[in-house]
Amino acid sequence: MALTISFYVLGAVVLLSALAVVLLRNVFRAGLSLLLCFFSVAGIYITLGADFLAGVQVLIYVGAIGVLLLLALMLTREAPRGSPEGRLVVAAAVLGGLVLVVLGFAVWRTPWKVAAPALADLPSPQPTTETLGLGLFSLDGGFVLPFEIASVLLLAAIIGAIVLVMERK
Amino acid sequence: MTVGLGHYLLLSSALFAIGLYGALAKRNAVVVLMCIELMLNAVNIALVAFSRFLVGVALTGQVFAIFVMTVAAAEVAVGLALIIAVYRARGTVDLGKIDLLKW
Repeated sequence: MALTISFYVLGAVVLLSALAVVLLRNVFRAGLSLLLCFFSVAGIYITLGADFLAGVQVLIYVGAIGVLLLLALMLTREAPRGSPEGRLVVAAAVLGGLVLVVLGFAVWRTPWKVAAPALADLPSPQPTTETLGLGLFSLDGGFVLPFEIASVLLLAAIIGAIVLVMERK
Repeated sequence: MTVGLGHYLLLSSALFAIGLYGALAKRNAVVVLMCIELMLNAVNIALVAFSRFLVGVALTGQVFAIFVMTVAAAEVAVGLALIIAVYRARGTVDLGKIDLLKW
């Protein structure tokens, strides 16, 4: 019961703050509601029993990405002009509504083979960090090579970001 | 009424649709990047919900979500560096006015 209530509350906060991101004219308020949205998505992960992922969400999204976005908003001095809509606003609204309808229809009509019980009859959630580590690094069916590629990708992103913002002499 | 897989997938679809609308409609490049992050979060919610309700103990969906977060962090770093470089060159981040590649 508590998980049901928290799902509805957190889901409402997620959707309302996401709407605030796209509807608010003030870009700083949009950025702050984006942080609120990331934070409540971490709460959604907790209702799904993903404790490690909730921590990672707070660290990476709220901590790193959110602060980076706010910093970029400050560096570009476009805050007084707000975030106006372009010419595509009607087409974008129609396309967004269409995507929502199609995805909702697909979710509604697909006969999911649900293996786990619903939230209400969940036993007390188990820590997932060990299982995640084994799933990531086990030698049969693990993800060791993608993990290494991800580290190379991060290195390339760091070097690329530094090169892009370097002052030209 | 118990919350099941469908509820999480509907939440994820709504978040994705909001992010898609923002990414297409907004003219400030930083706000467009924010909306792309919203869409990535929607995908992560769907992955974790699938992992919780369909896969069971293996948690493969959560491993995928970690990879999505890694790529999102790299993408936002490079994207913001690009936006700042364009801002230095053109003095604006208005996507309607950045038309160097248009002819």
